[in-house]
Amino acid sequence: MFSCKTSPEVGGMGHSVKRKEDARFLHGKGNYTDDVKLPGMLSMVMVRSPYAYAKIKSINKEKALAIDGVLAVITGEDLAQYNLHWMPTLLSDSQMVLPTDTIMHQSQEVCAVVATDRYIAVDGAEAVEVEYEPMQAIVDPFKSLDEDAPLLRPDKEGQKDNHIYHWERGDREKTDAAIANADVVVKERIHLPRIHVASIETCGVVASYDKDTQKMLIYLTSQAPHAIRTILALVAGHVGLSEEKIRIIAPDIGGGFGGKVPVYPGYVIAIAASFLIGKPVKWIEDRSENLVNGFARDYHMDCELAATKDGKIQAFKVSTLADHGYTDSSANPSKYPTGMFSICTGSYDYDNAFAELDAVYTNKAPGGVAYRCSFRVTEAVHAIERMVDKLAAEIGKDPALLRLENFIKKDQFPYASPLGWSYDSGDYEATLRKAMDMLGYDDYKKEQAKKRAEGKLMGIGLCTFTEVVGAGPSKDFDILGIAMFDSAEIRVHPTGKALARFGTKSQGQGHETTYAQILAEELGIPYTDIEIDEGDTDTAPYGLGTYASRSTPTAGAAAAIAARKLRDKGKKIAAHLLEVSEEDIEWEVGKYFVKGAPEKSKTIQDVAFAAYTNFPPGMEPGFEATHYYDPPNLTFPNGAYICVVEVDEETGAIDVKRFVAIDDCGNIINPMIVEGQVHGGLTQGIAPAMYEGIEYDDEGNVLNGTLMDYLVPTAVESPHWETGHTITPSPHHPLGAKGVAESPTVGAPPAIANAIIDALYPLGIKHLDIPITPAKVWEAIQEAKAKA
Amino acid sequence: MIPAKFDYHKATSVKEAIALSQELGEEAKYMSGGHSLLPMMKLRFATPEHIIDISKIGGLSYIKEEGNLLKIGAMTTQTDLEHSDLLISSYPIFGDAVWLTADPSVRNFGTIGGNIAHGDAANDQPAVMLALRATIVAEGADGEKSIPIDEFFHGFYMTALEPGDILTEIQIPKAKKNSGGAYYKMERKVGDYATAGVAVHIELDDAGVCQEIGIGLTNVSAVPMRLDRGEEVLRGQKVTDELIEQVGQIASEDCEPESDLRGSEAYKRSIVNTITKRMINKALERARN
Repeated sequence: MFSCKTSPEVGGMGHSVKRKEDARFLHGKGNYTDDVKLPGMLSMVMVRSPYAYAKIKSINKEKALAIDGVLAVITGEDLAQYNLHWMPTLLSDSQMVLPTDTIMHQSQEVCAVVATDRYIAVDGAEAVEVEYEPMQAIVDPFKSLDEDAPLLRPDKEGQKDNHIYHWERGDREKTDAAIANADVVVKERIHLPRIHVASIETCGVVASYDKDTQKMLIYLTSQAPHAIRTILALVAGHVGLSEEKIRIIAPDIGGGFGGKVPVYPGYVIAIAASFLIGKPVKWIEDRSENLVNGFARDYHMDCELAATKDGKIQAFKVSTLADHGYTDSSANPSKYPTGMFSICTGSYDYDNAFAELDAVYTNKAPGGVAYRCSFRVTEAVHAIERMVDKLAAEIGKDPALLRLENFIKKDQFPYASPLGWSYDSGDYEATLRKAMDMLGYDDYKKEQAKKRAEGKLMGIGLCTFTEVVGAGPSKDFDILGIAMFDSAEIRVHPTGKALARFGTKSQGQGHETTYAQILAEELGIPYTDIEIDEGDTDTAPYGLGTYASRSTPTAGAAAAIAARKLRDKGKKIAAHLLEVSEEDIEWEVGKYFVKGAPEKSKTIQDVAFAAYTNFPPGMEPGFEATHYYDPPNLTFPNGAYICVVEVDEETGAIDVKRFVAIDDCGNIINPMIVEGQVHGGLTQGIAPAMYEGIEYDDEGNVLNGTLMDYLVPTAVESPHWETGHTITPSPHHPLGAKGVAESPTVGAPPAIANAIIDALYPLGIKHLDIPITPAKVWEAIQEAKAKA
Repeated sequence: MIPAKFDYHKATSVKEAIALSQELGEEAKYMSGGHSLLPMMKLRFATPEHIIDISKIGGLSYIKEEGNLLKIGAMTTQTDLEHSDLLISSYPIFGDAVWLTADPSVRNFGTIGGNIAHGDAANDQPAVMLALRATIVAEGADGEKSIPIDEFFHGFYMTALEPGDILTEIQIPKAKKNSGGAYYKMERKVGDYATAGVAVHIELDDAGVCQEIGIGLTNVSAVPMRLDRGEEVLRGQKVTDELIEQVGQIASEDCEPESDLRGSEAYKRSIVNTITKRMINKALERARN
């Protein structure tokens, strides 16, 4: 286990110090984008399409413009004059800012109304008259490739059908042969439906263009302000917005989860409106707008898992159809269109694997937000973990035992996975055994046997996942060519207090505390003496932002290395102050001392003061350091989750009795923050497993576009989460840390699904897609009974 | 999520509210807790020109037994119902229902009168009122009137209340010895409307024979629904498992649910059957203790 090197007052790694940012949040003093109020600020509201696929015959602005206070109605035609009606996506596709002729998904922005306040803007939006010619939408991705399907993207040169791309990895022939020759093959089509991040704060922007200075100041709900500034300069450079004139400030953010990585049309329109009008323009999504944009998942995965008759896994194959909506807007900075989906071989040691994927267009909102996971890891983990449980059930073997027998062993790391990743470290067996002990696995197996004999439905489900986070090494990642490093810049003031700035951006993760703790660990300066600043592109060093559990793996590493650069400089200063040679100086947390004479010492604060007042001749004054960290590899957090459920056969109601989550995220900076992250992530894991999923009708209408029907679970729906840790440090990260935020969101859904399906197994039910609701369970039971 | 323009009027007495309503006409809507009306206004499904705020009217928040009646003031909040010692000890069906209604912050504002007057079969109190055979007291321009609950619900969002009427009191026969009630609804998550819900109130004699029974169903028909045929099966009978089974079957046959995001028609019929049986048993248990 990890032991603290620093005192609680210094508060370095391993201390559960309270979050420094919480006082202002708890007192209602957070400063979010919608809190920004600038003199003369205008409000912008969208008119959105009621249809999923339609021609726009006309847009009549007159009645809206007649309302006192409505200043402008901006259409696609208006933006087309500046060539701003389309924008590129991160994956080389294109997305409409505003349409000039065709609507591609329900609730798509049709035009924007700018008014003196929001109330008037909403009235203005109601008064805009749009004439549509509806067309039959393509909703089912499997029908998108039919010969008679309409070509959804005729605007794209060379596009002959609705196929976007094909991707594959692994050895198809070897894998097919292994499957053909295997004793046992289990197959399943698994769907992970569209879900929505539903962050408490919706998306929004305040754009303020100053015609005199030609500076564009933008307050933005962005997880990646620097990258967005660069993209904006590339997209709008032709109208005069060059990068040095753009300042993006991401103020406090109320939850991101990936939904605040993309550029939304509303951002671009507000920026364009402010540029043209010369006044600040605010656009804030309302809840319903937020719920119909920015979707994650939507993979249909045909899986095959092959094994010997006693359960040694031999091969895994997965062929996926991906529904991207009308454009591939995946917020994915990897070099692979499917992100890290190839982690799908899981925590198990076998040679043969093949994954392929075809992506198609449909009349749905742009898909591809990586909802609290590193670009398709949730899909990948769900596929392998469902299949492993299915294999265990098929051959009648305990799913825990099957996993233990197939795990990659502790001494096999670094482990080259069959689809090309190099897993850094782990002790999967220890992690699973700890989870089994904490649960009392054997007792529950006995109880289950007893309950089954009484005709009761009880299930135990496991998930032993391997995550891949910390994007990432420049060989695998970039955004428009920009490598996925991240940065830290430390200034230690003469009084020994410090300010540190980062290229990342917290959305609730607690960076103001954990970064300070990293620096406290490395420098011995108390974490309370260190201010953390992020999110302002004019002041923070360039970085790629916070998502994919990357902040600790990248910026956290940068902080450690920058601090070590400072320590090296400090050593020279200490030697100067103590009048010994540098070689005679040793470091222990917070202090330099003379080798063999520990009473002769200088604190880090003494040294900081001297850096400004009494530095060695010839040395550059000041006590500052910066580091940009390009990670050599990703980190591979892992965990073992076990869920116990009981199902009411009459109503389908599901009662989660126990949920044990053991995570291995390497060395831990703040155990309390990690536990909070795990609790939140597990709740966002039970969400798609049992509650959330966007439903469409045949016309492409979203049926559950409000929080009344889009079921975000609350504390009431959450079981008592029982959490714990094993610690296997990452060998390549300067702090041995790995990142944790996404593990629970990735690991919980298959554990819950496996538990429910295990409960229903005696009735002959062998698979259910998530979300598994009581109604779905009941229908499955009726179907199974009809068959029997 | 911003309502259309409306004018706001505050009434401090029932008389003043009725006068305002007379004056402002059909485009005026009363609002007490506002937790049904405001969401509809924000979505612009409802666009009343005038809101008459009746939440500040005093004297309409009480829970008391008088003579052979339990009287509940229309402005009594769901939270007040939840914490009433009288209801907890003698009318536990209210505790069952309130606990499953919305969430604590909504219950702090939402009133029993509003829950009933909204005329929504998805609300929980209408089924409870049917089971308890309540009488609704309302005041209008032409004075006070009492409306038996079976004549109160007319259709989707439509009730026996005339324009300008204000629901002032709910009257329920005082709990008898050997009586008990229970309510349960299946919901998809906390705060949701019922996938299906069932309220049961039963009165036994000393020999355990069912003297009176009320069964109300939530959200499985356009109008809050009494299970007449099921009540007839039990009334005057010693309640047996076979009879309960029969009532459950009748409930699944007589309800009129529609397939929607909460589940298929078949699913809803099935859980109405199950919940009806479970609630009869729970009400019986309470009646016997």
